[in-house]
Amino acid sequence: MLAPHDRIFTNLYGHESWSLDAARRRGVWSNTSSLILKGQPWIVEEIKASNLRGRGGAGFPTGLKWSFMPKPSDKPHYLIINADESEPGTSKDRDILRFDPHRLLEGALCAAFAIHAHTAYIYVRGEFYSEAQTLQKAISEAYAAGLLGRNACGTGWDCDVYLHRGAGAYICGEESALMESLEGKKGQPRNRPPFPAGAGLYACPTTVNNVETIASVPEILRRGAAWFNQFGRPKNNGTKLYCISGHVNTPCNVEEAMSIPLKELVEKYAGGVRGGWDNLMAIIPGGSSTPMLPKDVCETVLMDFDGLREARSGLGTAGVIVMDKSTDIIYAIARLAQFYKHESCGQCTPCREGTGWMARIMQRMVKGDATIAEIDHLLELTRQVEGHTICALGDAAAWPIQGLIRHFRPVLEQRIEQFRKQAKAA
Amino acid sequence: MSAEEMAIEQPASFAFTPNNLAVAQAVIARYPTGRQASAVLPLLDLAQRQCGNWLPRAAMDCVAEMLEMPRIRVYEVATFYTMFNLKPVGKNLVQVCTTTPCWLCGSDKVVKVCKDKLGIDPGETTADGQFTVVETECLGACVNAPVVQINDLYYEDLTEESMGKLLDDLKAGREIKSGSQKGRQGSAPQAMAAVTVGRKD
Repeated sequence: MLAPHDRIFTNLYGHESWSLDAARRRGVWSNTSSLILKGQPWIVEEIKASNLRGRGGAGFPTGLKWSFMPKPSDKPHYLIINADESEPGTSKDRDILRFDPHRLLEGALCAAFAIHAHTAYIYVRGEFYSEAQTLQKAISEAYAAGLLGRNACGTGWDCDVYLHRGAGAYICGEESALMESLEGKKGQPRNRPPFPAGAGLYACPTTVNNVETIASVPEILRRGAAWFNQFGRPKNNGTKLYCISGHVNTPCNVEEAMSIPLKELVEKYAGGVRGGWDNLMAIIPGGSSTPMLPKDVCETVLMDFDGLREARSGLGTAGVIVMDKSTDIIYAIARLAQFYKHESCGQCTPCREGTGWMARIMQRMVKGDATIAEIDHLLELTRQVEGHTICALGDAAAWPIQGLIRHFRPVLEQRIEQFRKQAKAA
Repeated sequence: MSAEEMAIEQPASFAFTPNNLAVAQAVIARYPTGRQASAVLPLLDLAQRQCGNWLPRAAMDCVAEMLEMPRIRVYEVATFYTMFNLKPVGKNLVQVCTTTPCWLCGSDKVVKVCKDKLGIDPGETTADGQFTVVETECLGACVNAPVVQINDLYYEDLTEESMGKLLDDLKAGREIKSGSQKGRQGSAPQAMAAVTVGRKD
């Protein structure tokens, strides 16, 4: 179990105030300027050495991403912090915004300096209204204390941080859609290349990082890459916020080491599966996009990028959705299919048409009003959407259905047969 | 992608109040010169708040003019993002999250309480204009499911009883308290013994 003194997010539940004074007592903003004065290359190398991988879902190595930023030129550089947390099953960044915003702001200064940016935008999902208000107050506090703005924190580096609220669109969590949205347009993803480090916000060099990633940075710099490295398996290092929701006795967010066994996570922190471990049907391990795992896989799988990829799923955002045996597993996935249909931006035909098509078939699968052959038809459809769109929303819509068919095909078949029997009897 | 239609009855004009105009100017200043279109979401939000939680076309036109954007670009934005209400809504906009994590924890029952107490289906507004109920997609508070958003704030860890009480209190004009309706601190597990939150050495 992660020792209390090894936690980064020491006010995860808001037992203490979010304010600057309280944050300073937790060690936030304690020696920030001395870290920054070690220089830009040192920061990037330290983050590289820590093996910190992006906490927003894709798990891209953060230090490497930063190293893609070009040398300073006449074009401004931008840091964007992605706080558009909308992946079903995920509610971790919200707790950083409302309970520990200064940790995020300190990280924003470190990251902005590391990528030669004088401006950072924090894009917060519109629904997080009170969270955004808290964050704005924290930003004002930081400016008043000289921690942000001109000569931020006495480092000689000018760093402005602005809050930007979204207005309700899951797709804006995708980094290029987020930049479109920030430029005042519909949130429709961009083709790559160019990548953001080359031409991002306002066609200038830009790095987009998740809230949890940025908020972890100052502690890593303070304690050193080796400290962060001791947790988790190689290439999967560090501590991580997990969100455990659904059919557990005590749903919660918790910070634990990477590579913790899924079963331990559920039993130790979430009070176990409702009705006991044997009542477990399946778990979606990393937010709604990641394929579900049946109970036998859940027994042993480790919660990290590689472990879950080997199990043909993914760590994603580490939003663990637990489903016990009472769950209508077909409806659970049909509801996600409806979610992706609703959230498709409509730009790419395979996604715009495919998400609706998949949702309609899934709706019939819930009733069993389908043919056995249609299960394969549906599977083929998911493969026609997957990989054929500009952004990953198409993939995200396909994977949960693929997971359902992979592990619960007999349930689909049974439902269809039952429906037929009833239709015949009628 | 939302594609809600605009209201048929529209006010003839819109102008920001002097206070809101000052706020709008401060918002525009957050973005580089010539990039004022970046302020479109915050300005539409400001206009919607001024109009009683919906966004008339005249307000979109006003924002378009302020930001030097073609009107159609503003209409595109206003119709794309779900938080802009293109038609008037009830004084209390009740958005019930019914995505899978909330559904697993009983969001069906929350929807039913709304139907029973208010006599309307999701997507409808009560005759007295007090309540609009809609089913919404994931609100991002999954470990506190089921969750509803009423206007700006979240109400979490709901049961049939607590949801019913929230609606009763609103009807009676009583104040309601946002956050967990079970008295839980944030997203902590209810049995806190398992997790001690540590201070730094």
